Amino acid sequence: MRLASSWDWEPGQRVVLESTKCSEEHEWQEEFYASPDGERLACVVRLSDFESGVWVNGEVWESRFDRVWYPRFGPDNRLTVLAQAEMDWTVATEDAAWEDSYTYVWGTRFSEDGAHVAVSVQQDGAYGMIVDGKIWDTLYENANNFTLSPDGSRSAAAVQAIPMGQAEVAKFKAGVFTVAVDGQAWDKIVMNAWTPVFSKDARKVAAQIRLTHFDYAIAVDGGLWPDTYQMVWEPVFNPANGQLAAPVKAGGAWGVAIDGLMAWKPRFFQCWQPVFSRNGQRLAAIVAPEYGEFTVAIDGQPWSWTYPVIDQVVLSDDGSCAAARAKDNDEKWTIIKDGKPWERTYDMVFSPAISPDGAFAAAKVEKKGQHRIAVNGHELETVFDQAWDPVFNPEGDKILVRGLSQGKFLRAVVPVEQYRY
Amino acid sequence: MSIPGIRDRKIEDVGLQAGVDRLTEDQIQKTIKKVLKGETGAKLKLYAETCMRCGLCAEGCHYYMSHDKDPSYAPVSKVRQTMWEILRHNGKVSPEFIYGCAQIAYTECNMCKRCAHYCPLGIDIGYIISVVRRICHKLGVVPLYIQDTAHSHSATMNQMWVKDDEWPDALQWQEDEARDEIPNLRIPLEVEGADIFYSVIGPEPKFRTQLIYQAAVLMNETGQSWTMPATPGWDNSDMAMYTGDYEVMGRIKRAHFDTAMRLKVKRIVMGECGHAFRSIYDMGNRWLGWKMHPVRVMHAIEFYHELLEKGQLKIAKTFDTPVTLHDPCNIIRGRGLMDQAREVVKAFCPNFVEMTPNREHNYCCCAGGGVINCGPPFKNVRVEGNKVKAEQLIRTGVPVVIAPCHNCHGGLEDIIHAYKTGQELKFLIDIIYECMEKPDAVE
Amino acid sequence: MNAAYEFVVGPLAWIAGAIFVLGSIYRLVSMYALAVKKDYSSLPYMDLKYSLRSIIHWLNPFGTAGWKASPWTAAVTFIFHICLIITPLFLLGHAVLLETFHGIEWPTISDGLADGLTMLVIAGCIFFIIRRATVDKLKYITSGMDWFVIFLVLATFLTGFAAYHQWLNYQFILILHILAGEAMLASIPFTRLSHMIFWVFIRGYMGSEFGKVRHAKDW
Ligand code: SF4
Ligand code: SF4
Repeated sequence: MRLASSWDWEPGQRVVLESTKCSEEHEWQEEFYASPDGERLACVVRLSDFESGVWVNGEVWESRFDRVWYPRFGPDNRLTVLAQAEMDWTVATEDAAWEDSYTYVWGTRFSEDGAHVAVSVQQDGAYGMIVDGKIWDTLYENANNFTLSPDGSRSAAAVQAIPMGQAEVAKFKAGVFTVAVDGQAWDKIVMNAWTPVFSKDARKVAAQIRLTHFDYAIAVDGGLWPDTYQMVWEPVFNPANGQLAAPVKAGGAWGVAIDGLMAWKPRFFQCWQPVFSRNGQRLAAIVAPEYGEFTVAIDGQPWSWTYPVIDQVVLSDDGSCAAARAKDNDEKWTIIKDGKPWERTYDMVFSPAISPDGAFAAAKVEKKGQHRIAVNGHELETVFDQAWDPVFNPEGDKILVRGLSQGKFLRAVVPVEQYRY
Repeated sequence: MSIPGIRDRKIEDVGLQAGVDRLTEDQIQKTIKKVLKGETGAKLKLYAETCMRCGLCAEGCHYYMSHDKDPSYAPVSKVRQTMWEILRHNGKVSPEFIYGCAQIAYTECNMCKRCAHYCPLGIDIGYIISVVRRICHKLGVVPLYIQDTAHSHSATMNQMWVKDDEWPDALQWQEDEARDEIPNLRIPLEVEGADIFYSVIGPEPKFRTQLIYQAAVLMNETGQSWTMPATPGWDNSDMAMYTGDYEVMGRIKRAHFDTAMRLKVKRIVMGECGHAFRSIYDMGNRWLGWKMHPVRVMHAIEFYHELLEKGQLKIAKTFDTPVTLHDPCNIIRGRGLMDQAREVVKAFCPNFVEMTPNREHNYCCCAGGGVINCGPPFKNVRVEGNKVKAEQLIRTGVPVVIAPCHNCHGGLEDIIHAYKTGQELKFLIDIIYECMEKPDAVE
Repeated sequence: MNAAYEFVVGPLAWIAGAIFVLGSIYRLVSMYALAVKKDYSSLPYMDLKYSLRSIIHWLNPFGTAGWKASPWTAAVTFIFHICLIITPLFLLGHAVLLETFHGIEWPTISDGLADGLTMLVIAGCIFFIIRRATVDKLKYITSGMDWFVIFLVLATFLTGFAAYHQWLNYQFILILHILAGEAMLASIPFTRLSHMIFWVFIRGYMGSEFGKVRHAKDW
């Protein structure tokens, strides 16, 4: 979000593109993607049976490929795509492809500043990751659960370190999986490893582990927390002090353990999606205090308002405020902020954004197929055929709105003060 | 302790044998007590206590009917040979006994719940069997093949060890294939905000890619806003549910629903699979604490029906060969789609013949409940255990059987072969694909 | 003999009645508590409408797949249960006791009818006993408890029948009858007879799951 300070935050609406048509002869254009700063719009364009290109703001990249997919803007507004030429695949950022090509690449990831780009790779049947064009020295039988450190300096994945034939159940039980960091596998081989995650400084890696069919654990840098659990979910590092928190199930109920010690007493029917505030002061997670009733808990304290479904908690920088998506029994979505839902409900509510100070929550909302942006429960006027998620400026007093309306690509900066509760 | 019945028909399975070889009675008792105390409650207690041992459920089970009413195959007898004994001995049973429990629970009951229509008390034999399976899982006594499948689920989030790249690669390949027929066809990957997430089962990208192809044609030609994820979470199947590994069941169901929520779709439409529907609609969601599916799940039949109703799916020609319909347990007894299934079939097939009994009372294919996934050692168990199905099929006298479920296909295929009914099996989508209007097709 | 009679119709009757009532309440309450604690992913699906739908269908002896598959057993089961409930409740002799001891007026059926109903219950017991002893699938699953409850019912009605017809030593038989009846009453909450208090809930649960979640019938 700090990157956003250099964007145009002048209030008002601007037509970025009068037309989203393609300048060249083409068969079709695929879905549009907007850059985070709202200055550029991109899509894959199919030029002929055997040729695809990348369309950005009306122009098609010079590089052409047999096939292109997964166009994604990084946080720094640079566009990266996955592209196939002559059967092999590579990665292209801003019309410049990586030198090497590979059997298959997928799953583009960016560092927080967008400077580093990583993808998952399969090269001649072996699996690993590539960061900025550099492939892991060691590749594995299989790999998944790929991740890139926030600073982009390191990458990790769950890997199958030991080959295994068909239906080799005993071998699997003895352990063939582990975590590899920058291609280096941990010594500790286990039955399953999932969701490796880096600390903010990229020095530590943690993951969910299954030791036996029913003993679950959390591993940090190849070592295990002393206790095992009935089950665990994705761990997260505290960005301020490097502590590690993970939802764990013990005695039939869910709680949160921090650095191996129970921090939230297990009393929930469910607990997942843990997230620390930026300053590390608070920990939030989605919990179910009763069967079928979900809400958000902050530092172990659940909100009293519950929903059948809650998703995507976001926290203000200091953790004092939180918002999440919520779905009610009529299949309608809304945003619940600081324990209270917005008044209106929608066919869909997309990923929520929260201002750094927590005063405002905003999200793209959908009714009858049309998109609008809503802030603290108020809908902004413009109706879009397609909009993108709103972004707050670093000061938290304006939001950036991006969307397509009547064939035009619009960008608006809207002050939000009037929506303060 | 061992009772005539299962002990007289022991089948060698490496997984089961290796499992029991490590066990002692004390270990068994400890584990059983933990499961019973920690995970069961009033339901099991009441079922055990109030089952009147009246035997009325016997006629409900295809295994019993197919084995000339051998009493040991009656639903209550399966429980008598497993859970009742376990309870009677407070869990102190022998490893050999556990072998028998596993063989019964994994291969002699499809958890199809047909017997529920026969028990006056309302006892859920399928549930009791699932508890037996849970115990066997915790004891590490699970048939080899289905255990391997559960391992695949845990390691790859899909049933067939499909690696992360093989999935999008298979979709892109099917997209290319289908473009020969429909030049502008797309399989849109990772489109946030699409209406529909089309989800399939693990074997489709490996062995049944034509089903993905046909679904893509259907989606394109009826103008749907749809997408498929390029990440794990695409697979809706779930053999962990059937081995009793509920932790892995929860993990893969969460991956599936999280994928749907990440893509912000309004509903998941799934292909013609029964057990996956059960996992998503009934079992997995509950284990995770969601009272109902957190994202609406629609079985293919319901979807086809909607397309026909809305006039989006148009019929170009009818399928005139006489057909019959097999009602898959998990979506008929499990979701009440019998009328919609018939309406879809009749829309395309003017010569439709009912098999009897049908609808909720239809006999299971005997592959369900994970039985077919227990692999070759148990193939005969399900073929012999479903003579009644073969008789049902033969009685219809039609050449084509529609079975809108993957497991049913596997099961019926073997039965058709073994009993030489000479019938051809089809998915609904096979017929729809053949007979629908395809405005964008070239030829 | 008189003292014994006084005892069985007095304190012992109270005790049996108390065991039945309190025991049933205890079983229901504790079972509900257990369900709340352990069956939390089942209990919330209980639904009155669909419970009743299921119960009503299963109260029709020709209305379900199970009953239709075994019509004889279905017929006997219904007649047996109806007679089993009506006879003791509305028998003149029992009403007289109620009146003498508690001054409660109670509707009754004629002795002749009661005698007929009793015979039906006895016939039902014999049917079930023969069935249990001869049918393979039942032999396979029958346990001591199943014999115990059926013989308990048989004993109660047989002695009642004998007492009414003054066979053998009336007083002795009567006391036996009362003892058996009390034993039956007291064992309802704690034996297989507990299906009497739990049936509606078990049936209702199955009906709810099938009706509300599965959108299918359970009969
Ligand atoms: S296979 Fe089906 S009918 Fe037979 S016992 Fe199992 S659930 Fe009941
Ligand atoms: S029909 Fe029901 S009560 Fe009778 S034996 Fe079968 S499960 Fe038990």
